[in-house]
Amino acid sequence: MSVRYLLGRVGLALLSLWGVTVLAFVVLRVIPGDPALLMAPVGASQADIAEIRAQFGLSGPIWLQYVAWVWGTVRGRFGKSLWLQQDAIRVILERLPATLEVALAALVLAVAGGILLGVLSVLWRRTWFESATLGAGTLGLSIPNFIWGLLFIVFFGALLRWLPISGRIAPDFDIAPLTGFLLVDTLLRRDPGAFGSVFAHLILPAAALALPLLAVVFRAVRSDLLTAVQEEYIVMERMKGLGELRIIFWRALKNALIPTTTLVGVQFGFLIGGTVLIEAIFSWPGIGQLTLAAFQYRDFPLIQGIVVVYAVTVILANFLVDLAYAFLNPRVRYA
Amino acid sequence: MLLQVKDLTVRYGGHLAVWEAGFTLGEGEVLGLVGESGAGKSTVGRALLRLVPEPGRIVSGAIAFKGRDLLGLPEAELRALRGAEIALIPQDPLAALNPAFRIGLQATDALAIHRGLSRREAAGVMARLLARMGIPDPEDTLRRYPHEISGGMRQRVLIAIAFSCGPSLLVADEPTTSLDVTTQAQILRLLDGLRSETGVATCFITHDLGIVAHLTHRVAILYAGCLVEQAPTETILAAPLHPYTRALVRSLPLEGIMPALREPPRACPFSDRCPERMAICDTAHPPLKSVGAGHQVACHLY
Repeated sequence: MSVRYLLGRVGLALLSLWGVTVLAFVVLRVIPGDPALLMAPVGASQADIAEIRAQFGLSGPIWLQYVAWVWGTVRGRFGKSLWLQQDAIRVILERLPATLEVALAALVLAVAGGILLGVLSVLWRRTWFESATLGAGTLGLSIPNFIWGLLFIVFFGALLRWLPISGRIAPDFDIAPLTGFLLVDTLLRRDPGAFGSVFAHLILPAAALALPLLAVVFRAVRSDLLTAVQEEYIVMERMKGLGELRIIFWRALKNALIPTTTLVGVQFGFLIGGTVLIEAIFSWPGIGQLTLAAFQYRDFPLIQGIVVVYAVTVILANFLVDLAYAFLNPRVRYA
Repeated sequence: MLLQVKDLTVRYGGHLAVWEAGFTLGEGEVLGLVGESGAGKSTVGRALLRLVPEPGRIVSGAIAFKGRDLLGLPEAELRALRGAEIALIPQDPLAALNPAFRIGLQATDALAIHRGLSRREAAGVMARLLARMGIPDPEDTLRRYPHEISGGMRQRVLIAIAFSCGPSLLVADEPTTSLDVTTQAQILRLLDGLRSETGVATCFITHDLGIVAHLTHRVAILYAGCLVEQAPTETILAAPLHPYTRALVRSLPLEGIMPALREPPRACPFSDRCPERMAICDTAHPPLKSVGAGHQVACHLY
């Protein structure tokens, strides 16, 4: 991968970041709801409200407000949350690991599960297994993740009582945060009981978040594998005497993962978006819940900070996907 | 007899690709399998490894290789033959190497599977083989990805793979069709050199009678999935009997196009285009008849 390619990628990333912030900034100020009105005490005069506006940088033309905000943001000052009266970025970064933990768990689950099902459905094609996975794939795809979340809560939480349905860890454990990723923190603190509790709490929200993506990955891997096994180079692997299992797992899968990787990159954005509702359903203390509250309070600095963090996360994820793509497909390495 | 193919019939879904083809191949012999595109030659070649591409299926017939029934063999035993005893050189070297893996891995598969060599040992063997194939820096080639080397180099790699385990039967499926003319000549010379050196029996699939004249001992002509004539190469070139073979050898123009095969054939598949068509040609499929020493023809004229 050349320096020029990398620079181009970084430039594109900055451009999309800029676009996202402009959009968020303008939309926030155009939709109804004025934070100054919300903050003002009952019976405040127009002059009081105007003063609140000035105090929080909400007065003047939008473009001036934007320039002032960008100038602060590039120096790491995202502004103070109107609602929590704390540094917006600190509030966000405190809660970011919770969101990333459930999103990454869902991503791993979706990619690993999707690949496994895709491979098996091709390996055992023309059997009952193929029909069963195809049916399950359609089901997974056609129900959105928050509905899966509600179904899981009712079934595994309320009826069977197998798994916890609220929060990240049972309240009787007290883990001082190190990385903020509780799976990691409990391991670092050598507390297997707490680790188990974190793991159990993670299963349902991660599974609900993962299911539609798992179905997408499954279908992509399956169809790309079916194309790959017809390719002349896979036929040649058979001609050399390689077994079908080995061909599919160790050869054709790598070919099939090239298009699938691009797809996962696109889908990761949706996965991050999906955390907002999943966090609300499972009382998960991440930035998804924070987003909902921030909107209720019209907490502009907080919302703007959240938008930046979400955008950076998705852009970084896509950058990683590009790296994975270059690894899988030697033909783009020199492009 | 090394290889004995009897009444081989292959079908792609509802469409018949090869109809009751039969031929034999002795140790060290080179048979040219000749016909135009779609005549079924590649299908016959791949049937010899029982790897007819989907949705193709070998419907009936028998293939005996060293006295073993290939069509009845369990998959595992068949895999032990593929790439070891029976090897194939493909038509399109650009499509036949996996773009996502280094050549070294793909070139050492056969040696690793069939000879139990480690990848490192196999790479050593391969490097020596590639050097003999005229590849200037074999170690470097093995480290490269297929898209980084030329078509001629790729075909050399595929030939080296085919020869790596010392097969006793080689299927060369139009190995030079997709190469430019100069490279074609080099590859053919190389292939013929290796063949005569190792004495491997070869089924050479081609539509090029120049290649047939230079490289083969015997020729079988396929037309619309049917074997229409079979004879020693000199006989075919000097005294072809079937009207199709005559047109082919003397480069005579033919009207019309090759028809799709109907099943079971009730007429001569060539009758539509035949300059010597008779009434019987439209009502009866001519069986393959012996007309001389090792010479058979399927035509109502004889």
